Amino acid sequence: MGMTITEKILAKAAGKSRVTPGESVWLSVDVLMTHDVCGPPTIDIWKREFGPEAKIWDKEKLVIFPDHYIFTANTHAIANVAKLRDFAKEYDLPNYYDPGTERYKGVCHMALAEEGYNVPGTVLFGTDSHTCTSGAFGMFSTGVGNSDAAFILGTGKIWEKVPESMLFWFEGEIPPYLTAKDMILQIIGDITTDGATYRAMEFAGPGVMSLPMSERMTLTNMAIEAGGMNGIIEADELTEAYVKARTDKSYELFKSDPDATYHSKYNYDLSKMEPMVAKPHSPDNKDTVRNVQGTKLTKCYIGSCTGGKLEDFQFAAKLLFGQTVKTPTYIVPASTWVDQQLDVETVNGVSLREIFVKAGCTIGESSCAACLGGPSDTFGRAQDDEVIISTTNRNFPGRMGSKKSAVYLASALTVAASAIHGVITDPRDVM
Amino acid sequence: MEKVITGKAFVLGDKIDTDQIIPAEHLVYSLSDPEEKKKYGYYAFSGVPLPESGLPMGHKPFIKGDNYLSEYAIIIGGGNFGCGSSREHAPFALQVAGVKAVIAESYARIFYRNCVDGGFLIPYEGFEKLNDKIKTGDELEIDISANLVKNLTTGDEFLLKPLGSVVSIIEAGDLFEYARKTGMIAKG
Repeated sequence: MGMTITEKILAKAAGKSRVTPGESVWLSVDVLMTHDVCGPPTIDIWKREFGPEAKIWDKEKLVIFPDHYIFTANTHAIANVAKLRDFAKEYDLPNYYDPGTERYKGVCHMALAEEGYNVPGTVLFGTDSHTCTSGAFGMFSTGVGNSDAAFILGTGKIWEKVPESMLFWFEGEIPPYLTAKDMILQIIGDITTDGATYRAMEFAGPGVMSLPMSERMTLTNMAIEAGGMNGIIEADELTEAYVKARTDKSYELFKSDPDATYHSKYNYDLSKMEPMVAKPHSPDNKDTVRNVQGTKLTKCYIGSCTGGKLEDFQFAAKLLFGQTVKTPTYIVPASTWVDQQLDVETVNGVSLREIFVKAGCTIGESSCAACLGGPSDTFGRAQDDEVIISTTNRNFPGRMGSKKSAVYLASALTVAASAIHGVITDPRDVM
Repeated sequence: MEKVITGKAFVLGDKIDTDQIIPAEHLVYSLSDPEEKKKYGYYAFSGVPLPESGLPMGHKPFIKGDNYLSEYAIIIGGGNFGCGSSREHAPFALQVAGVKAVIAESYARIFYRNCVDGGFLIPYEGFEKLNDKIKTGDELEIDISANLVKNLTTGDEFLLKPLGSVVSIIEAGDLFEYARKTGMIAKG
């Protein structure tokens, strides 16, 4: 009997010829990633458990991207980054990316891709639930807590229960009014926020493989919003070209066997899909943009590991060119590289940055920013009973700050279209 | 491991995500400093909208006044308890507040792992939905060896699902103790 891509990668990492869903295995970890929120407690647990002689299993495989609470005056947050900085210095860590220096990268999931840590066929764990993003590179990646991360830091190993796989197959080519965000909001709405708990979400079909890498990353990024252990997309020529341009690490390409066993299979036809939103207060509270159009907004937000990638800003700039926003609109490039590209990439000969500034948007510095609320001085944070449309990933009560706020999740196209009119707007109405 | 867990129930609805358990703005505090970590208890469940806090009546704060310890030691949740972020601060906050066990209909994977591998509390699953059968303030007793929860206030009894493959980690205390017992890492 065949195996899925997830099963094949886990079997390799477990040193086995095959694994079966439900089986617990010990995996050898290729990369451990952490950041400023979970890094400091992870280090404390590692020191407590492995003692004064604690050794990092492999310094080359530890990657630290401070990214959550970077541009804040909060003294506790500043102390957490300082703790990471001291740790990196004490242990002479090669892969630490310090805020305030040229090495600072922004949101970890983007940075993992840009800096060449996403390598097909490997296993990556991170202390962040959106670590599943890296699965867009034909690898296994998932989020863990501080204790699991501390265990990996000391041993290079971790246990995992082999997940059953769910297959999401997309036919057709994506129309200009749709994005990967609409595809994943549709899926989450269909299977709900625990529809993939303990399972792998495998995205496949011509509608997926015709997407650029950053759009594929939007699909795998939100696997956790359906409870998924990991999201995964087979690597192809596009993946290989992206990886080769950033690292000389060797990689292995895995593909699901035609007779692999799936928990379930879902088929979608891109030509029949609609721009989608997740209404307050859950990512599975799906509706079409059409059904909620006209909803009055107090803020529009384009950013995060989910919706702050270069393609997201290209989508937004196409609609915002020559327009003025009616609602305060906040732009947060996910990474410093994306931020730089705002000056390089153009629409009709005008840079993305100029388009956004002329439209009246406010551009913030690369970090997680208001996606998860954060300290009270966080850029774009939800205040009072605001109604926000956002390209981010979660709209649980209080996620973006104020407990009284209401957040609609949508694509960058839908957010930009809504910014122009000050109410939720279908992108087809402004294209 | 304790044989019996007793305490008052605090009842919540479905999809209690980690931002409701401990809002992200509070994740800046130290988890190892003995004084600072008490803030995690103080802010535990502070993200739950008040009408849904302490069901069925709601409007019952989990923490009263300036305390970091709650009067409730057992949480009764619905489906997908602990969904959202990977923050281990969530089960940690509940432990600091004095929570010994959660009984939910189902859990998000990372929260469940964190409870077990970090040794913060025992995550039980019921065979049926219990957050509409138990009321906030009911006195409960969990018999761990029998996988049974008794409601001492009403006399009801409910079987709980066996802890399964993670029971050896729970019995050891946490993942590190388990690894020492099995020889994976050196004894400290």
